Amino acid sequence: MTALNPDVIHTWLADFASQVHENAAWLTDLDRAIGDADHGSNLDRGMRAVDALDAASFADSAAYLKKAGMTLVSTVGGASGPLYGTFFLRVGGALPPDGEIRASQWGDAFEAGLAGIVQRGRAEVGDKTMVDALTPAVAAFRGAGDDVKAAWAAAATASAAGRDATVPLVARKGRASYLGERSAGHQDPGASSVTLLIESAARTLG
Amino acid sequence: MKKLINDVENVVIDSLRGLELAHGDLVTVDYENRIVLRKGGPRAGKVGLLSGGGSGHEPMHGGFVGLGMLDAACPGEVFTSPVPDQMMAATKAIDGGAGVLHIVKNYTGDVMNFEMAAEMAAAESGVQVESVVVDDDVAVQDSLYTAGRRGVGLTVLIEKIVGAAAEEGRDLDTLVALAKRVNGQGRSMGMALTSCTVPAAGKPTFDLADDEMEVGIGIHGEPGRERRKVAPAKEVAEMLVEPILNDFDFGGGPVIAMVNGMGGTPLLELFIMYAEVHKILDKHGITIARNLVGNYITSLEMAGSSVTLLRADDDLLKLWDAPVLTPGLRWGA
Repeated sequence: MTALNPDVIHTWLADFASQVHENAAWLTDLDRAIGDADHGSNLDRGMRAVDALDAASFADSAAYLKKAGMTLVSTVGGASGPLYGTFFLRVGGALPPDGEIRASQWGDAFEAGLAGIVQRGRAEVGDKTMVDALTPAVAAFRGAGDDVKAAWAAAATASAAGRDATVPLVARKGRASYLGERSAGHQDPGASSVTLLIESAARTLG
Repeated sequence: MKKLINDVENVVIDSLRGLELAHGDLVTVDYENRIVLRKGGPRAGKVGLLSGGGSGHEPMHGGFVGLGMLDAACPGEVFTSPVPDQMMAATKAIDGGAGVLHIVKNYTGDVMNFEMAAEMAAAESGVQVESVVVDDDVAVQDSLYTAGRRGVGLTVLIEKIVGAAAEEGRDLDTLVALAKRVNGQGRSMGMALTSCTVPAAGKPTFDLADDEMEVGIGIHGEPGRERRKVAPAKEVAEMLVEPILNDFDFGGGPVIAMVNGMGGTPLLELFIMYAEVHKILDKHGITIARNLVGNYITSLEMAGSSVTLLRADDDLLKLWDAPVLTPGLRWGA
C-alpha cells in the first residue's frame, strides 16, 4: 500500500517532464534515424504544458491524469499525442479513489493504459513501437508482488530491456515502417520515451 | 540551418498571419483554434470539407481553402499532425447542416488524431462527420507489414474534385463515395534529390550524398523504396511512372496528371519532368486530359518531384474544370 493523491501524481509527471526536456534532443535524433525527427520536441512541448497544470486544482488523481491526457492530445500532435494522451486517460480512468493504493491496483491502471495504446495504435509486440517496452513492463509489474516501489522498479528494468530489444527489429507500424529492413539497427524513439516514463514512475511512485 | 524565419517556435503562426494578409479576400485564420477558414462562414445545405495535416507542405492544405475546394484546413506543427481540438473547432465552424467530410492522408498521426476528433464530434455535437483516408503512394509495396500506403499527391486532386462536387450541392454520402472512387483510381510516386530541415530539429531529416537520390519518398522525407545514384530526368520519370502503371490499369486514359515539385526544385526542371512523363504515357497510349505542373504538395525545401495519375471520366473532368478560387489553385472563377 502506498499513497495516491494529486501530489504524488504531480511528482511523477514533473519528473517525466524534466526527463523528456533533458532528453529531447536524443529522442529527436532517434526519430531522425527512422522517423521524422520531431519526437523529442513534440513530447517536450506537451509535457511542458502538463507540467504547467496546477495539481492543487484537481479533485483527485483520476481527474488530474485525465486532464494530463487531454493536454497531451491537444498539444503534442503526431501519433505521440493520441498515444500518450490515451495512456494517461485510461490510467486515470482505471485508478481507485484517492487514499491508499495497492500494487495490484496500480497494475490494473497500468495495464489499462497499455490496452488504450494498443487499441489506438493497433500495434503488437515486435512491431518496433512503444508497445515493445510497455508490454514486458506491465508483465514485470504484475509479477513483482505487493510492494509498489519494487513493482515499478521491475517494470522500469523490463521496459528498458524491451526498449533495447527494439534495436534489431524491422518496424511494422508508424512512419518507421516505410523504411522496411533499413529500420533495423535503430532504437525505437517511442519505446525510448515511454521507458523514461516508467523510470520516472519507479523514482516517484511508491 | 538557414531559413527565413523569426523564431522556430512560431513558424506556423507567423506563416498563417502572412497567408491571411495576402489572401484575406478568400480566407480567414482563427488563431486561437489554429484553423484556416473559407471566408464567409458555412454555407447552408452545403457539406463542409475539412482537411489538415502537418505544416511544411504548402500550399496544401491552407492554400486550398476557398471556393470549390476546402471549407477549412487544420495546420499542425511542421510535419506533425494537427490535434483533435483544431479538427473539432473546424468541424463545428464549417457545418452548414449537411455534415462535414474529413479528408485524411494516411499517416499514422493524422489518422489517429482525426479518429479521436470524429469520436469526440459524435459524442459532443450533433454534426454528422464522415472521413475518407487517402492512400495513393505506390512506393509502399508491402502494406501488410507497414502502416499502409501513404496519402500524398492525390490528396490535391481529391480536394479539388470533391470540393467542386460539394459546391454543386452533392450530399455527404455521395461525396464519400466520390472521394473513395477517386482514391481508388489514382496513384502517386515521388523522389528526392535532397533532404529537408524541420525548423524545430535544425538539422536535415536524412543524409543524402551529392550524387544520390531517394526514390519512393513520402512527403516528410521519410525514405522510400531505394537509394540510388542520380540519373537523367528521363530515367527518373520512368522510375516514377512505371511503378504507377504497374500498380493500376489506366487503360487508354484519359488521365489527370500532376507533376509536383517537393519545394526546392525549379519549374525549369518540373517542365522537363512533365515532358518526360508525357512521352512515357504516350508510349503506353494514355492520354493526358488535364495536368498540373508546379509545387502543390511540398516537403519544405526538399528538391525532388512526384507524379500523380488519376484515371478520369466525364464526371471527374467536369468537376476538375469547375471554378476554383483558393490561394494555391484558381481557375474559372
